[in-house]
Amino acid sequence: MILWWIGNVVLLVVVLPVVVYLLRGVNDAAKSIVPSVRQIAAAAAAGSKDLDAAALLVTTQDQVERTVAGVANYGGSLDVIVDDAPGETR
Amino acid sequence: MNAAGAVMIVAVALIVLALVYYLVSVIVSLKRITDGLDETIASVGEILEKSAPVNGIVTAINQELDAGVDLLEGMLVQKAGLSDAVGLVEGLYPGAAAAGLRNFPESTEITAPRIGEVYTRGTLTLARLGRESPLAAGNPAGPALRDTQRGSLSARLLYPETRQSRPESLARSPVIGTDSPEQYEQREDIGQPRKRLPEPASGGD
Repeated sequence: MILWWIGNVVLLVVVLPVVVYLLRGVNDAAKSIVPSVRQIAAAAAAGSKDLDAAALLVTTQDQVERTVAGVANYGGSLDVIVDDAPGETR
Repeated sequence: MNAAGAVMIVAVALIVLALVYYLVSVIVSLKRITDGLDETIASVGEILEKSAPVNGIVTAINQELDAGVDLLEGMLVQKAGLSDAVGLVEGLYPGAAAAGLRNFPESTEITAPRIGEVYTRGTLTLARLGRESPLAAGNPAGPALRDTQRGSLSARLLYPETRQSRPESLARSPVIGTDSPEQYEQREDIGQPRKRLPEPASGGD
C-alpha cells in the first residue's frame, strides 16, 4: 500500500508536470511557426504579383530590336557620309 | 476501491487530459502551417511560371545590345581612329578609357588624348557653353561658361580682353578695294587672261 501511494505521488508530482512541460514546448513551437509561414506566403504572393510585369519584357525586346536596327541604319548612313580616319582599314 | 486506487485514476486522467489538450492544439497549429505552405507553394509556382521566359528574353536583349555596341565601337574607331576614339570615350565618361574598348583590347594601352587636344579650341569652347557637355571634360573643374542670367556677358568674355575694355586699341581693319592705299595683289598677271598650261606629254604607258 505504501508503494502504491509513493507511485501516486510520483505520478502527480513528477510525471504529470514533465508531460505538461514537454507538450507545452511542442505546442509553443508549432504556434510560433504559423506566423512565419503566413509571412512567407504573403511574400511569395507579392513576388508573384511583382512578376506580372515580366510579360512586358517581350515588348522591351521588340523595342531593343527596333532601336538597334535604327542605330545600324544610322551608322550605315554615317559610314557613307563621314570619311574614315587615316590609316583605318575596313 | 481504496483511496490509493482512486488517486491513481485521477492522476492518470489528468495526464490524459493534458495530452489531449496539447496534442489537439498542436494538430490545429500544424493544420494552419499546412494551409500556409499550400498558399506559398501556389505562389511559388506562379513565380516559376512567370519567370520562366525571362532568361531567354534577357539573353536576347543582351545579344541585341552587344551587337549595337560592336557596331558603334567599330564605327567610332573606323571614323575617328583608335586613339581619338579612346579620347572621346574618356571625354564622355571620365575614367572609362582605362577599361578600353571591348573589341579593341589594345585600346587599354593607349594614353587617352585630352579632348581639347583632339578638337579645336573653338569646339571646346562651344562645348563648354552647354551644360554638362561631355567635351567640357577638358577642364572638368571649371564652371560652365554659359550664364543663364547674363548670357551676353558670358559670351563676350569668350573674346580677348582688349575687345571688351579697350576696343579703341584694336588694330584697324584693313582697307580693301581698288582705291585702297595698300594693294595686296601687286602682280602683273592680275586681270590678264589665264595662262594655258602646256599640254602633258602623251607618251607610252
